[in-house]
Amino acid sequence: MGVGIEVTGLNAWYGTNHTLQDINLNMPANHATALIGPSGCGKSTFVRCLNRMHETNPIARVTGTVRIGDLDIYKDTKPVEIRRRVGMVFQRPNPFPTMSIYDNVAAGLKLNGYSNRRALDEIVERSLKNSALWDEVKDDLRKKSGASLSGGQQQRLCIARALAVDPEVLLMDEPASALDPVSTSKIEDLIFQLKSQYTIVIVTHNMQQAARVAEKTGFFLNGRMVEFDSTHKIFTNPSDKRTEDYITGRFG
Amino acid sequence: MTDGLASGLAVLSTLLVIAPLVAIFVYLIYKGAVSLNLDFFTHNPVPVGELGGGMANAIVGSAILLGVGSLIGVPVGISGGIFLAEFGRGSRLATAIRFTADVLNGVPSIVMGIAIYALIVVPQNHFSALSGGVALGIMMIPTVCRTTEEMLLMVPHAVREAALALGVPNWRSVMAITVKTASPGIITGCMLAFARVAGETAPLIFTALGNSNWSTNLNQPIAALPLQIYVYALSPYDEWHRLAWAGALVLIVLIVLAVSLVRYVTSRGVLKGAS
Repeated sequence: MGVGIEVTGLNAWYGTNHTLQDINLNMPANHATALIGPSGCGKSTFVRCLNRMHETNPIARVTGTVRIGDLDIYKDTKPVEIRRRVGMVFQRPNPFPTMSIYDNVAAGLKLNGYSNRRALDEIVERSLKNSALWDEVKDDLRKKSGASLSGGQQQRLCIARALAVDPEVLLMDEPASALDPVSTSKIEDLIFQLKSQYTIVIVTHNMQQAARVAEKTGFFLNGRMVEFDSTHKIFTNPSDKRTEDYITGRFG
Repeated sequence: MTDGLASGLAVLSTLLVIAPLVAIFVYLIYKGAVSLNLDFFTHNPVPVGELGGGMANAIVGSAILLGVGSLIGVPVGISGGIFLAEFGRGSRLATAIRFTADVLNGVPSIVMGIAIYALIVVPQNHFSALSGGVALGIMMIPTVCRTTEEMLLMVPHAVREAALALGVPNWRSVMAITVKTASPGIITGCMLAFARVAGETAPLIFTALGNSNWSTNLNQPIAALPLQIYVYALSPYDEWHRLAWAGALVLIVLIVLAVSLVRYVTSRGVLKGAS
């Protein structure tokens, strides 16, 4: 089941560049939250702070509190543990090129020492079904490499890989921006279904996409969160002038 | 027209690159093949004046020397490369290691021979296969180390991030994902180093010394193909000259076979379609 995310006073830096400034935000469990805003506004940095990937860059720094479920992720736990509970899907599909489809999905479990074969088989099948890829790949799970799939299939493979470790939250950083319209709509359908089991945070440049998949939307600008509200309100009657300017296409 | 000219030049350059290799190979076969027979592979050298004899001891000796060399050069070189690319990136230690490796790469092989002579042969008071293997191994390290580093750095950042985002600890991600992804290139680097030292003579003169008898003892002087070729080619006897040509041919063929074998064995595990 998904859990809620509570962000309080979050600041992030790359070197001396203050990329996120005092973000406060509550994202409800088992809902999809969309983050929109022009390029460089800090929304990708924000999601990378939710699974402590931001700090993998040696010049990066974070302050503030992020609670995921009952866990204060910067206090109570190590980065590797939080990353198992908070899955991530990246902008460009990044399957492990030397691994088969099966091994790609099983990678997170296998590399953390999980080796029960029968259970792995079940998890791989379930994850691929959940990511709507099973029917397309079930016959060559071990024969084909993850890199041999099409871009859209690769992205669904990456979603399956993230689901296989059974996370509570799924972060998606522009998951469809490198895909064609058909693959994009498959990913969107998928997000819609996955909401019942996971809390989803999705960064997107595509405002229709945000409107289609998310109940809540946050608008980021220059490292600050300008407005956070129900998606309907943001797109029909935003409270802030800057949000209105952005969604009506006056800038960004 | 210009396209035609460009591809014409490219073809010409390719031919220029291949020509010396083909010439050497053809000449070796022409000179060496006549002296090749079963005895060459099964017999040890015979004294001057007697006909026949072979280089069985030198073939086995070279295999042992290269085995010892690879046992040292490959693990040390790969570990060093992994450190440079993954754990020590940007650190002072890494800069120092990289510099040392590059300098080591430029050390003439005869100097390597003298160094090992001073460090191992003199204290032990005898020449040995072990010291020869150590000399070859140390000569392999810089090539293996730097190619490993370069190949690891070519693994896309996205692949590393994918592993980290799954909650895989960094060291595990490096070993299981990054190194595995780079392994075809790393293996090529090892093969390159192997092929390079397989033909080395100078570092063996002061260490393995050579041996006209059968020996597989790591503590005794041992024969090696390049040494045997060197001795035979400089001798005044026609029969030995012929054997030297045959030895050179066998050396090259064995290197090609060893490299192909390793490539074949290691490529079977890697999935087709992986880039």
